[in-house]
Amino acid sequence: MYNPQLNKNGELAHLLSIEGLPKSILTQILDTAASFMEVSARDVKKVPLLRGKSVFNLFFENSTRTRTTFEIAAKRLSADVINLDINKSSASKGETLLDTIDNLVAMHANLFVVRHASSGAPYLIAEHLQRIGRDDVHVVNAGDGRHAHPTQGLLDMYTIRHYKKDFTQLRVAIVGDILHSRVARSDIHALTTLGVPEVRAIGPETLLPKHLDKLGVHVYHDMNEGLKDVDVIIMLRLQNERMTGALLPSAGEYFRHYGLTPQKLALAKPDAIVMHPGPMNRGVEIHSAVADGSQAVILPQVTFGIAVRMAVMSIVAGN
Amino acid sequence: MSNLINEALPDAEAQCRQLADLIRPQLSKNPALVGIYSGGAWIAERLKELLGLTEDIGLIDVSFYRDDFAEKGLHPQCRPTVIPFDVEGRHLILVDDVLYTGRTTRAAINELFDYGRPAAVELAVLADRGGRELPVAPTYGAWDVKLTDAQNLVLDRNDHGQLAWRLENV
Repeated sequence: MYNPQLNKNGELAHLLSIEGLPKSILTQILDTAASFMEVSARDVKKVPLLRGKSVFNLFFENSTRTRTTFEIAAKRLSADVINLDINKSSASKGETLLDTIDNLVAMHANLFVVRHASSGAPYLIAEHLQRIGRDDVHVVNAGDGRHAHPTQGLLDMYTIRHYKKDFTQLRVAIVGDILHSRVARSDIHALTTLGVPEVRAIGPETLLPKHLDKLGVHVYHDMNEGLKDVDVIIMLRLQNERMTGALLPSAGEYFRHYGLTPQKLALAKPDAIVMHPGPMNRGVEIHSAVADGSQAVILPQVTFGIAVRMAVMSIVAGN
Repeated sequence: MSNLINEALPDAEAQCRQLADLIRPQLSKNPALVGIYSGGAWIAERLKELLGLTEDIGLIDVSFYRDDFAEKGLHPQCRPTVIPFDVEGRHLILVDDVLYTGRTTRAAINELFDYGRPAAVELAVLADRGGRELPVAPTYGAWDVKLTDAQNLVLDRNDHGQLAWRLENV
């Protein structure tokens, strides 16, 4: 089957989505990231891999954290990094996405990191590059619409592997607004590919996509039931705009049912870890005592995220 | 130089002992061993035992410092570099199995300098097959060997931890 992420040798040339990637490529990324963790612990946190290459951060949607971690990752690979805040530039003057890309390719861009509110935008760019014969230019999806956020999914897998070692014995619960979450989608594909036997989705009916069972996911509406004996809890951010619509009654009501409190955490395995992609809403999806507690690995996730993004960029840039 | 054709491959374990004998007079400098994955790491472990050193050896994977990234991309299996001691001011002995073009040595030296400024870096190799493309020479070498471009000398470690040479045709 044609996969626009892979080159003719089956190697990763763009990272667009975890869906459709073989386990071997996911494992290669996680193993390479482990080597980059060592680099980030040194005095000189830089390797010369992407020296002379230009990485363009194209953020059509705001995200300070993701953009910053990509920028740090590219700089630690010795690339030159150019941050483009597209909202304030060409797009608002009416330039099309692909015209913007053509202009940046003419400036000798080597790698695009793309965040876009529309699902599929990074695919469009990757296919365009192939059409114009520029297989030396690579695309990394930094979040597209509701579709995918593959580097977040991979850093979540790195975090789980770091603390739990083996994927094949785990029960993992994803809690919250799965319907609108590209992180949840990427996590589910990654967990399944890496052999996690039981993935649970916990949330109110209005925030869970239909047909989750077709992805092999077990659905729970009662958090107390869903958290029982899990090894890993992935909390999702509840976006404020969901509260103003008809999907949820109020933040307080949501916290009562789906907020992770110390009492609810106690239902999971005693050594369960708590993850969150950030930014957190304390008192909405997570209690401060949990967010700051000994089982939370939310800040290590951020550190791992840099190593994972270094791995992804160095792998795609070399293929 | 010995010619490898029609000749049995020498005992790699005996060569490790030979290499240890060459290094032993330098122990007063308190050298730290750094093995290049994977063959060099095995040899460095063996040298540590033979020389009675107590300090953990360093392990280096040069994937992030190679000069052929543009042609070949990132090596699909890279392992973490681990330098468990402070490189600053130390006398280092870089250990590799086969010295050939010198490019791996160059990459390893570059990587070491990102950890600090060592007092000195020496190079210990089990086999030197010539063919240098950079001005690199071993400080300690156990075996000079002549190979054709089509031959590849590979160090293996069996289940009992014994090191042995194997000749491959590429």
